[in-house]
Amino acid sequence: MVLYINYDVGMVCRKVLQEQLDRLNLEYSIKGFGELEIKETLSEAKLEQLNAGFNSYGIRIVEDQKSVLVQKIKSVLLEMIYSDEKLPSSKVSNYLVEKLNHSYGYISNLFSAVTYTSIENFIILQRIERAKQLITAGELSLTQICWKLQYSSTAHFSNQFKNVTGLTPTAFQRIITKRREIVMSKE
Amino acid sequence: MRSELTRILLADDDEDDRIIFKDAFAEIKIKTFIQTVNNGIELMEHLNQPDLLIPHILFLDLNMPRKNGIDCLKEMKQIDRLKDMVVAIYSTSASEENIEETFVFGANIYINKPSDFETLKKVLSEVTVINWQYRTSALNRDNFLLRI
Repeated sequence: MVLYINYDVGMVCRKVLQEQLDRLNLEYSIKGFGELEIKETLSEAKLEQLNAGFNSYGIRIVEDQKSVLVQKIKSVLLEMIYSDEKLPSSKVSNYLVEKLNHSYGYISNLFSAVTYTSIENFIILQRIERAKQLITAGELSLTQICWKLQYSSTAHFSNQFKNVTGLTPTAFQRIITKRREIVMSKE
Repeated sequence: MRSELTRILLADDDEDDRIIFKDAFAEIKIKTFIQTVNNGIELMEHLNQPDLLIPHILFLDLNMPRKNGIDCLKEMKQIDRLKDMVVAIYSTSASEENIEETFVFGANIYINKPSDFETLKKVLSEVTVINWQYRTSALNRDNFLLRI
C-alpha cells in the first residue's frame, strides 16, 4: 500500500527539537525564525551531545554571526512564502529590514556572498519548490496552484516554472507520476 | 559546512571532455573537489568502495563503453547508500523521450553538453549553485529536476 502524505515542516522541526532538548533535560524556548534559547550555558560536552542529536535529523547549529543572520533571512523569507498571503516583491525588502534591523543593502550583499544566490532568486526557487510540493501532493489542479501561490496567470506560472527547472509543470507532473509507478511495481 | 568542498564525480569515456570539464570547474566560484572515471564499470567500482565519501553530484555520460549511463543509473538506484546521490546526466543531444526517461529512472539533472567553454562554465556553475541550495536550504531532493 502506498500513502501520500502532507506535512507541516515547521511542526515536525519543533517536535524534533523538543525531543532532543528534553532528552538532555534542558530548559529552553523555541523562538521561531530558527532561534533557540537555552536557559543555561552548556558545557562543551553537552553542546556536542546536542549537536550530534540534531545532526542525525539534518539540523545543524549555526556558529558564526554571518551564518546566523543568513539563516534568519531564510527563515523570514520561508515564513512569508508559506504564509499564503500576497507577496508584493516591493514589500519584501521593507519586511526584511523591519524584521532583522539591518539595512537592505547589508542584508542582500551578505545573503549573496554566503548562499551564492540573490534574495530574489531564492524567493523564486522556493516558490517553485512549493509549487512542486503541491503538484506532487496531487490535491490541486495547476490552475488552483497558480491561484494559491498568487501568480498573475497560468502562463506566467508555467514560464517561471520552465525557467527555473527547464521543464513545464505538466512534464514535471508526468515524470513524478511515472517514477511512482516504477516504485509501486517493485513492491 | 562553509569550508566543505563540493565533491564532484564525472564519468565520461572521452579524455578531452574530462579535461575541459575540470578546466571549467577551476574557474567557477564554488570550491570543488573533482574526480573522474572513464567508463561505467569503473564508475560502479569507484562508488562501491566502502569508505568512499559519496559525491555531492555525479555527472554521468550516457554513451560509455562496457556499461552505459542508464544501466549505471538503474543500478545505483537499487543501492541504499547511493540512491540519494544527485545525478546529472551529461550527454550530447538525445530525443525528448530519452531525456524524460532518464528523469523517470531517477536522474535529477539533464545537461546537453555545451559546445563552447563559456557556456559550459555557466551551466556547471548554475548546476552547482542550485545543488548547493538543495543541500543548505532543506529542499526536498525527490523534487529536484532540472534541465539545462
